[in-house]
Amino acid sequence: MDDKELHEKYNAYVQAKIPKTKNFPSLFYSYLVGGLICMLGQGISDTLLAIFPSMTKDAASAWMLIGLIFLASFLTGLGVYDRIGVFAGAGSIVPITGFSNSIASPAIEYKKEGIIFGLCVKMFSVAGPVIVNGLAVSIIVGIIYMFL
Amino acid sequence: MWLMYLNVFLVGGLICMIGQILLIKTNITSSRILVLFVVIGAILEALGLYEPIVNFAGAGALVPITGFGRSLAKGAVDAIKTQGFLGVFTGGLTATAGGIAAAVIFAYLFALIFNSRTKKY
Amino acid sequence: MIAKKCGKQSVKFSTPVKIISTYSIVGQKEGNGNFKDYFDYILKDDKFGEDTFEHAERKLIEHAIIHGIERAHLNIQDIDLMLAGDLLNQITSSSFTARKLNATFVGLYGACSTMAESLAVGACMVDGGFFKNVVCATGSHFSSAERQYRFPLELGNQRPPTSQWTVTGAGCAILSADGPNDCNKIYSATFGKVVDYGVTDVNNMGAAMAPAACSTLIAHFEDMHTKPEDYDLILTGDLGKLGSELLIDLMEHNGYKLGRNYSDCGQMMYNDNQKTFQGGSGAGCSASVLNSYVMRKLSEGSIKRVLFLATGALLSSTSAQQGDSIPGICHAVEIRRE
Repeated sequence: MDDKELHEKYNAYVQAKIPKTKNFPSLFYSYLVGGLICMLGQGISDTLLAIFPSMTKDAASAWMLIGLIFLASFLTGLGVYDRIGVFAGAGSIVPITGFSNSIASPAIEYKKEGIIFGLCVKMFSVAGPVIVNGLAVSIIVGIIYMFL
Repeated sequence: MWLMYLNVFLVGGLICMIGQILLIKTNITSSRILVLFVVIGAILEALGLYEPIVNFAGAGALVPITGFGRSLAKGAVDAIKTQGFLGVFTGGLTATAGGIAAAVIFAYLFALIFNSRTKKY
Repeated sequence: MIAKKCGKQSVKFSTPVKIISTYSIVGQKEGNGNFKDYFDYILKDDKFGEDTFEHAERKLIEHAIIHGIERAHLNIQDIDLMLAGDLLNQITSSSFTARKLNATFVGLYGACSTMAESLAVGACMVDGGFFKNVVCATGSHFSSAERQYRFPLELGNQRPPTSQWTVTGAGCAILSADGPNDCNKIYSATFGKVVDYGVTDVNNMGAAMAPAACSTLIAHFEDMHTKPEDYDLILTGDLGKLGSELLIDLMEHNGYKLGRNYSDCGQMMYNDNQKTFQGGSGAGCSASVLNSYVMRKLSEGSIKRVLFLATGALLSSTSAQQGDSIPGICHAVEIRRE
């Protein structure tokens, strides 16, 4: 039996051995937490619209996102957000709060290597790809729109 | 009014749960999930499929990171209408500037204040 | 003339090398685990009073070595050689400890297998008559490993079900040509080969290392002409729950049956409520369990012959990102008590 065949056989055998986790609870928690974060966002923007009747809907949404981002960075700093993440999974990764967490967590983590080369350089180590790819797609969408 | 909150919960939760399914089935990192969802959001917006979801679910479609992708694509398209070809480059980031600036500055601020802690579980 | 080599990969010492003292230190989480009554020191604070996790890891190793030497009623000047390694880049925790202790130092890197590696090399040094007192130490810290190999600690991600928890802890054993006759002794050692079965999942180290453990275990049995039943305890380092099941299967495939005398440090480290999934891992895992629980059981006489195998995964974050598979290594030492 040559190496490649052995490797494939071993990997297939390992895959079969991996314990099957119960998916249902984690799906339920991700739904619950994700839904609650979105409801919190809706609550913030509705409150803003009620307090400032002159505010546009878009401005209220923007403030709402900034508010959630603030909250998530703060909870990350307190060391609470990663504990929510342990049971909520994608429920706390997919909302904008997860984006905020992925910027704040490396910033806090690598502060010890210095403000410039630690905190500032590593800040985008997790979220950088999101901005880069998002921007690339938006430019592609824009170009297609131009010529259509 | 209250029915809207139900929509928000149902749609927002559903988007997150799709992320969780991907996480379990493919074992990919959270960074990749975010990238994937931003790209999907931008593409859906470009195809005109995301606006109906926003109208139906409000924050349920804006808060998930797909909403960030939607803003990027929508910003580019809107800016082209006013600025022409320059909008291709300025639109996306202008529309999301608030979110990115907030995330960066709050991360900076709290990183200066707090230190990292060991995970307990 | 090669007189002490035994078979292909093993050495047998002409005078069994004495382990004159051992010391173990662990973090809080490990201190709440299954071996809480055996560890010599349990941290109250995961940073050990230091400002960074890397400094804390350094202090763990330093603490273990200093107290190990003290327990042997020796001074730092009496130590001829320090053999140590850890998981951080360029094994800084060990070399900086050596700088502080002003010790003659040989740095080892065997990832999580460093404890067995240092004991095997150290025993050769002592039995060869080159050095009298040799310190073997290693340690790891959950947070520094997480920072280096995985994600920031505050990132809200979920650990996959095949992952293991890096042990915060350090262990130290002092080998000597001198000393009382009634102590635990190293009789033989088997050095391992690097084995790679093409596993690429960095969250499944047990699967990557099990073939290496199997290879070394078979080499040891063949070289020493022994069977699994000859040992009171066959103990692997940090294969975890899944990895040890794989090892049992692999051994059975090769015609050896590992029975109730087989255990794994990582699997035993934590209890089920601690949510570590597959158990502990890291250099500190096997180091702290060997130098507390196993050595105590040997001293009490409840077990007499132990085969200790520590496994290591020889990957770096760069090699993993470039898509390379994970090579494993495993070294074995046989420790006995008369």
